[in-house]
Amino acid sequence: MARRYLPVAAFAGLIVAIQLATLFTGTAFHLTQLTMTAYYSLVIVGLCMLIGYAGQISLGHAGFFAIGGYVTAFLTTFNLKAHQGAFVSLLSDSGMLVTRPDAYGGELLTVHPWLACVVAIFLAVVIAYLVGGPVLKLKGHYLAMATLGFGIIVYRMVLGTGFLGAADGISDVPGFPLPAGLVITGKSSTRVSNYYLAWGLVIVGMVLLLNLIHSRVGRALAAVHGAEDAAGAMGIPTARYKLNTFVLSAVFASLAGVLLTHYNGGIGPSEAGVMKSVRYVAIVAIGGMANLWGALSMSLVLNYLSLRGYFGTYDDAVFGVILILIMLFAPDGLLRRHLLSDLKRAVSRNPAEEEAP
Amino acid sequence: MTLLSVRGIGKRFGGLQAVNDLSFDVATGSIKALIGPNGAGKTTIFNLISGFLPPDSGEIVFGGAEIHGMSSCEVAARGMVRTFQHIRLFPKMTVLENIMIGRHVHSRAGFLAGMMNLPFTWKEERRIREKSVEIMEMLGIVAHAGTEATSLAYGQQRIVEIGRALACEPRLLLLDEPAAGLNMRETNDMGGLISRIREMGVTVLLVEHDMSLVMKISDEVIVVSYGEKIAEDRPLAIQKNREVIRVYLGDDE
Repeated sequence: MARRYLPVAAFAGLIVAIQLATLFTGTAFHLTQLTMTAYYSLVIVGLCMLIGYAGQISLGHAGFFAIGGYVTAFLTTFNLKAHQGAFVSLLSDSGMLVTRPDAYGGELLTVHPWLACVVAIFLAVVIAYLVGGPVLKLKGHYLAMATLGFGIIVYRMVLGTGFLGAADGISDVPGFPLPAGLVITGKSSTRVSNYYLAWGLVIVGMVLLLNLIHSRVGRALAAVHGAEDAAGAMGIPTARYKLNTFVLSAVFASLAGVLLTHYNGGIGPSEAGVMKSVRYVAIVAIGGMANLWGALSMSLVLNYLSLRGYFGTYDDAVFGVILILIMLFAPDGLLRRHLLSDLKRAVSRNPAEEEAP
Repeated sequence: MTLLSVRGIGKRFGGLQAVNDLSFDVATGSIKALIGPNGAGKTTIFNLISGFLPPDSGEIVFGGAEIHGMSSCEVAARGMVRTFQHIRLFPKMTVLENIMIGRHVHSRAGFLAGMMNLPFTWKEERRIREKSVEIMEMLGIVAHAGTEATSLAYGQQRIVEIGRALACEPRLLLLDEPAAGLNMRETNDMGGLISRIREMGVTVLLVEHDMSLVMKISDEVIVVSYGEKIAEDRPLAIQKNREVIRVYLGDDE
């Protein structure tokens, strides 16, 4: 138990140390990118659970991120004033709507962010069940192709839908109110609290996933990953377990989409793009596939570098190259567990042993 | 009392009738062997019974309930567990973890309970571990508990696979060629183990090529050839059955 939670405490310490470092070096503006990194990390640890532990690839998780982001963006910016009716007044009476001033001095009547968040995640769950049910019957390349297709469909739909802002996306999304006066928003006055909120959420997500991989279900998923038919013969409902993990990872992705959209104040179609999905998979791969901590640490480093613009115009290319190199030279992932012991064995192994079958 | 009743099952693969109108019963508490020349359809019969393949026709009744058309997972949950001709252990998992998987059907912590690390799951995990250790002790493999299962010697992997099946506490254990690839001493030990499993109250149905093992431990033997049953009798009678001798050794002429 201590072995499971000790790294969590160490990681929390690192998050505090980073904030203090930005404080003393006068670089607090870095916290904005680091907060965005946290939300992307939420997608990545959920995807790591699916790819690394359940053994199912998805090249469509930007789609779930976008579903979360776009649903909440639309619901919290669409003015219901012009659509007064029985349903709107019912929502209004039950406190599910809010009014706020718009940019032109008028007043907006929109869905409350909390309700929008619930609707967004609910929709992502329904779509994940509908897509995952048939698609997870596929394996290997076929599963990759099918999930890629799903991602492309979401991308083309948000790009081609007028009320979702087409190529411009949706802007002017309000902050996400939390208890105790906290708000998830990109305003620089709340930079520090938002940094801790976002990483706090990642840590909660990590604890949930770490618990899961050390549970009966986690063991069963490892069995499904290793030998699916034998897992079925042991009474493990393999299809249901794969689907549940797919839906769980979709919940992580869509929640990240919702909150980052409120933080950024908007969302554009590039968030649904295929290159985003490739990026998520590349980070899981370089993190070592079945290694939540590897995926999280790589996500922290690479997303931060990318968001700060270190990769310049080669941003997407960097992640494409990472994925190619990993698939060529370390198809089990780079920072995989047992890496050190494997290396030691490789170094100490004498050539005669290697020739033996 | 009959535990498993197979009634007129058939399976066709394209132009090949792999199993044709096959019927037999397995009595509770018995050891029954399924033998036949290579390609007779023995493994297909196992796959049909254990839910890996749906039969084209016929019925399979297990413990009073019809199970044909059920998935392998549902069949296992009802207490029928199989091993594989080619050992199928879970890679990158220790011997203990492999056997703990066998306790899956007897535990219930789901996704939410696992993620929340609810207190009832701690107790459940402890029980799973205790039972698994008990089984490893019974099989004499407790010293390998922490070893990666797929790195063990072949004969021991086979024992682990049987241990994993026993962890399910099956009513019926299907063993697909348990002695394949074992040396004489190991085969002898395997015979002793199968007899012990029966004494634990588990009914056993096995496919096996090693005739001395089959004749020594089985209560009854079924012989299949080209997907059809040609004999079903006690071991001694099977040895004298002319049709069986013809199938195995060819005609006198």
